[in-house]
Amino acid sequence: MRLHPIIAALRKHTFGVALIALQIALTLAIVCNALFIIGERMARIDRPTGLNESDLFLVSQMWVGAPAGSDAASTDKLDSMLLQDLATLRGLPDVAAAGPMNSLPLYPSSHTSTVSQKPGTDNPGTLLHTNIYFADDHAIPTLGLKLVAGQNFSASDVQHRRSQAGGQSPTTIVTKALADRLFPDGQAVGRQVYFDGSASPSTIVGVVERLQVPGTSRWTNGFAWYSAIEPVRLDRADLLYVVRAKPGRLAAAMKEVPAALYAVNPMRVLDDDSVESFADVRAHAYRADIGMAILMGGICLVLLGITAASIVGLTSFWVGQRHHQIGVRRALGARRKDILRYFQIENLVIAGAGTAAGAGLAIGLNVLLMRYFEMNHLPALYLVAGALIVLALGQGAVLVPARRASRVPPAVATRGR
Amino acid sequence: MFAYYFQLALLSLRKSPGLTALMVLAIAVGVASSMTTYAVFRAVAGDPIPWKSSKLFVPQLDMFGPKAHLNSSEPPDAMDYLDAMQLMRDHRATLQSAMYEISPSIVPSDARAHPVNVDGHAVYSEFFPMLDVPFKYGSGWTAQDDAQHAAVAVISSKLNEKLFGGANSVGRTLNIEGKDYRVIGVLDNWDPQPRFYDVVNNGGGFDSNSHDLFLPFTRSIDAGITNQGSINCAQPPAETGFVGLQHSSCAWIAYMVELDNKDAVASYHEYLYHYSALQQQAGRFGWAPNIRLRNVPEWLDFEQVVPPDTKLSLVIALGLMAVCLANTIGLLLAKFMRRSGEIGLRRALGAPRTAIYAQFITEAGIIGAAGGVLGLLLTIVGVACVGKVLPTDIAGLARIDTWLLLYTLLLAVTATILAGLYPALRVAKIHPALQLKSA
Repeated sequence: MRLHPIIAALRKHTFGVALIALQIALTLAIVCNALFIIGERMARIDRPTGLNESDLFLVSQMWVGAPAGSDAASTDKLDSMLLQDLATLRGLPDVAAAGPMNSLPLYPSSHTSTVSQKPGTDNPGTLLHTNIYFADDHAIPTLGLKLVAGQNFSASDVQHRRSQAGGQSPTTIVTKALADRLFPDGQAVGRQVYFDGSASPSTIVGVVERLQVPGTSRWTNGFAWYSAIEPVRLDRADLLYVVRAKPGRLAAAMKEVPAALYAVNPMRVLDDDSVESFADVRAHAYRADIGMAILMGGICLVLLGITAASIVGLTSFWVGQRHHQIGVRRALGARRKDILRYFQIENLVIAGAGTAAGAGLAIGLNVLLMRYFEMNHLPALYLVAGALIVLALGQGAVLVPARRASRVPPAVATRGR
Repeated sequence: MFAYYFQLALLSLRKSPGLTALMVLAIAVGVASSMTTYAVFRAVAGDPIPWKSSKLFVPQLDMFGPKAHLNSSEPPDAMDYLDAMQLMRDHRATLQSAMYEISPSIVPSDARAHPVNVDGHAVYSEFFPMLDVPFKYGSGWTAQDDAQHAAVAVISSKLNEKLFGGANSVGRTLNIEGKDYRVIGVLDNWDPQPRFYDVVNNGGGFDSNSHDLFLPFTRSIDAGITNQGSINCAQPPAETGFVGLQHSSCAWIAYMVELDNKDAVASYHEYLYHYSALQQQAGRFGWAPNIRLRNVPEWLDFEQVVPPDTKLSLVIALGLMAVCLANTIGLLLAKFMRRSGEIGLRRALGAPRTAIYAQFITEAGIIGAAGGVLGLLLTIVGVACVGKVLPTDIAGLARIDTWLLLYTLLLAVTATILAGLYPALRVAKIHPALQLKSA
């Protein structure tokens, strides 16, 4: 079949054709960018934290009327209360391991700091953003981290102090990403680094494969894998305990905790949301991303549906308009298949034009979104996928009216208009 | 005449129920998605204190110095203790308050009950008149209470309900962190969103946890009720603990002032500049004054309180609305053109073009109204569902009100009439003779 008569016929109803093409173009532009947003969000959510997340939960609690910890005696008192809690937790029948930590990956609280191979703050250019986790020698088994070099802290490495800053621990464990960034030769174990612009060094004793920094805010993207662990128990009124339940005993272990801790010391705050599984922490951290992906998915579906409906509607109208002409063509020997093919090709031409324009619009919209929102370049893959989707949609939608057109009997030609 | 067009339109719509339903549905879906995302946007982009926001300012000082700023010359968005206290002592604004976020425990009088955490802020007495905070019982404390570090507390009506069964609890005692405080005021449902007085510490301004407790700043510092908000340090504190934080240059205190006119703003700006210059002379700051004085709308904008995702959703939903409109134009055109014969007849019988025009615009309007009503229902469903999908801190604020419903209807009808303009113009141009011949 030649294209020429189809294109010539399109000129007869330019407005309707332009409208469908415009709609396809807009749909493509929005669908491409929406799919891209979904893809980016899913990629964010899929990032592994480095933890073995199953059977893991956390307990956040606060002492009531605890010593302020401004002198050594009250810091020691706070520490003995903490140690008592830890012994209780580790003694529970369904608990495999437990340890104190200041935060966790995806948890909305962090100690963001700097790390350098040089001492002091006065060395711009060598400072890297990092996140420091304060934990004890139980952290690696509790979190299920994978040591790839060196070893875990020994119990004697672990110090305790009142606040996060002030004093550096002489040992640290860093992530492989941070170790490779600081020491590209791959020999980080035994080397020294300086945290927080400190004058005293910390020696790297071990390297873990992966450990994400806390939170999910975008400003941490640049150093999402640059974590370090310092072997320090922080003696404060508000504490976070990370607990690994024995396999399959998560619910039971979570249930045991509040009563066991209250039995040790009732002067503490343990709310309803104090005992939280890591799965809940994850769901909470990525809720906005999941919500956005669902929203964009919904909008895509509605858009495609409306555009399909529009194609069905307008093509049906054209079939009605050309009822007589179709009869004439059939009378002159055109087969049903030819009529069907005519409308299919007509739609392909219109949708093709719309897709071409839509690809440009999609890139334009992407540029606009990049300027005002934190978006990346739209990969060509999304354009191709989007184009295939709208072309297939057009062909699917046109099938209904095109079939009806093909069933117009040749006798119509004889009836006159 | 309108009644006649109305009848004609209904008749025509009934003739092709499929096409009519399609148009109504498209309008409804387009309008509902736009209005749902708009409801969320409106909730987060709104001015939390419209009658006063242009008079409330957030002063910023640079106690970190240019070296501490990695990417910009912006001073920190909170204050250190030393400077905040000096600004309070100087007292140059009409009203002002330093504040920090607290989350102390309250020990219930019932010995069997466990202690609970209550979130709130430590503030100065001028906080309450400055922000027009409404009271159900009692009032805020006085400047004298600030000076005397009085053990008084203002609680929310929610906490009052929980602890005192909603009765007038002014004068009753509250055990906070093991010490007794006298309730001096009970708030009357006050929970501004965004929490504009301290957006740095409230998850970017929106926080579904209610803030139930306000204590005198001076008392709170005395009692060692620690800061629960974020702490931003250019250098680690030299001493440990909460006292160490107070002696450090770390930024953790929110500050707000009321300045009633342009002159007051100018002179406060000058005061901040001079204050910074004095610190430079004294050798505390090794750099030139770097100050900011933004009013609440500017401050919320600077802190990017409206989440980018909310704006992005609105943009995408408006795109969807555009597609729905193009769809309506196309379908209206198809629908109107099908009736060329009828139009030719009416024209031949003497109907002027304007009459044809009016008839079809009426029809478009009816479709728009139907789409609007369905869109209204979908918007209500949408706003209810959006809370299940988006984070509750934000989506939970989206509300349906009369204005939103009116906007929805108005948007649907206006958009559909606009969409109908061209198709109506086309059919009004139909030549009567041609149509009569062929029919």
